[in-house]
Amino acid sequence: MLDSYAPAVSTHTVDGTPGATPASSVVIDCRINNMYYGNFRALRDTHLAIERGSITAFIGPSGCGKSSALRCLNRMNDLVRGFRLEGQVTFLGRDIYGAKVDPVAVRRYVGMVFQQPNPFATSIYNNVAFGLRLNRFRGSIAERVEKALRGAALWDEVKDKLHTSGLALSGGQQQRLCIARAIATEPDVLLMDEPCSALDPIATRRIEELMVELRARYTIAIVTHNLQQAKRVADRTAFMYVDTSAGGRTGYLVEFGQTQQVFDDPRHAHTQAYIRGEFS
Amino acid sequence: MTTKVVEMSAVAEGVDLRHLEMSLRSPRTFISAALSAVAIGASILACIPLLSVLTMLAYRGGARLSWEALTSTPPAALAAGGGFGNALVGTLTMVAIATLLSVPCGVMAAAYLAFVGPESPTSAVVRFTAKVLTGLPSVLAGVFAYAAVVLTTGGFSAPAGGVALAVLMLPTVLLTAEEAIKMVPARMKEAAVGMGATQAQVLFRVVLPTAMPGILTGVMLAVARAAGETAPLIFTALFSNYWLFDLGRLNLMKPTASLAVLIYNFSAAPFANQVSLAWAASLVLVVMVLGFNIAGQFLSRNRHHR
Repeated sequence: MLDSYAPAVSTHTVDGTPGATPASSVVIDCRINNMYYGNFRALRDTHLAIERGSITAFIGPSGCGKSSALRCLNRMNDLVRGFRLEGQVTFLGRDIYGAKVDPVAVRRYVGMVFQQPNPFATSIYNNVAFGLRLNRFRGSIAERVEKALRGAALWDEVKDKLHTSGLALSGGQQQRLCIARAIATEPDVLLMDEPCSALDPIATRRIEELMVELRARYTIAIVTHNLQQAKRVADRTAFMYVDTSAGGRTGYLVEFGQTQQVFDDPRHAHTQAYIRGEFS
Repeated sequence: MTTKVVEMSAVAEGVDLRHLEMSLRSPRTFISAALSAVAIGASILACIPLLSVLTMLAYRGGARLSWEALTSTPPAALAAGGGFGNALVGTLTMVAIATLLSVPCGVMAAAYLAFVGPESPTSAVVRFTAKVLTGLPSVLAGVFAYAAVVLTTGGFSAPAGGVALAVLMLPTVLLTAEEAIKMVPARMKEAAVGMGATQAQVLFRVVLPTAMPGILTGVMLAVARAAGETAPLIFTALFSNYWLFDLGRLNLMKPTASLAVLIYNFSAAPFANQVSLAWAASLVLVVMVLGFNIAGQFLSRNRHHR
């Protein structure tokens, strides 16, 4: 029964979102109509707006296209062969899939933290300075490295060993190093693709605290498998589900709203079932 | 709780514990022990050639090794003393030329094969060519360089020798560098792309630095192989009894001595002095090759890899 075709969800777009704020605060407006990897339709009808200074969580069962949707937002999917998008993703009003847009430039404004901590095989300092050097940053790199490490709540743990390998840190520290690396260039948006799934509960808690601190300066979108995590940190939550009616496995956005509303008063039967833990 | 222990020991009593004892009368144990013995014996046998060569070199070469041998030019027939300093310099020069030619070319080609266009038809052709070239008899590299460099430049020279050695080094450098580059975790490349790095920036700032220890190991192995080659040098650099520096000037465009060719020439000479010099030169060459190999092993342990 859960696999049956869900009614159109297009009412839950920017304007239909409960508590929608004026359009000026929208940083990324995602209007994915269809997204393909080759002949495989991975996503359909995923329309949502990510607002400045907020944390937006993507939740849903495995294979529902949460990560695919997130990776559309900074053109990481361009690396996947056969990727094709029908629809539009705008960043501060500009279509990032426009013909003249350089995907490399997009990624400098919309940074990313990955599922597995992935520091480079170099020192902690060089890891954080990486993005600054890419952009030929003119100011004091050391200052910005310290600022980013403080921002990622890692400075006190590593200030005496900045020139040791980033790979020698623990998993949780590595992930905070990756966050420091991502925020060193001060991007507008930080996309986080299940940033805590490889971490233990204590490290997870620290990353969550960090996200809440970072919200003031960075707009954050996070994919998570952990419903409690979404509940703890996200301002708004997008619930995605898989549609198998057409034979494939196509993900789509079921419901998008304030986190509290999505968890306490879900509008859709699928959302309700997922949040109650009836399936995952 | 005590009842449980009693129950368990009762079960243990039911088992025939004699089977726990190791006995060579059991066929499986016997075969296992016999095969272990064969493996140990074979590995000892494998060490015999290397160890006997090293012992012989240390014994016969060590006797003749001296500061004079390392710093003088070869003696004339029937003359006493002399050395192979010019051959040592010649070998190092030609290996350096070969490294300068083959490493940039090989590493960049490997970057293309492993990173830029791994699936492209060009890559398939280059990879196949490199694998075939790995098995190229070294004498053919010599003949090739003879036709390509010696005949066109008008004589035997150190650069001609360098070209021949570069042809031999190229496939090793290329294929080991490709493997090293492929070993760079995909998530590191993804991280760099996610930071807004262009493809060139990902290559030069993340992929090559991370793969560098592996690349250098391959380079060292190739250098070690090239240093010991004789056949290609006979066709290209020939031999010389003189230094590359002449009257204070470096002149590479003339026949150049090398340790390998000196050993080849002197070991068959009818003079005891020359034969003993060949032993000493062999020892120096082996120590040099061993040095490159150890350097390669050392470099593969990068401080940023745990």
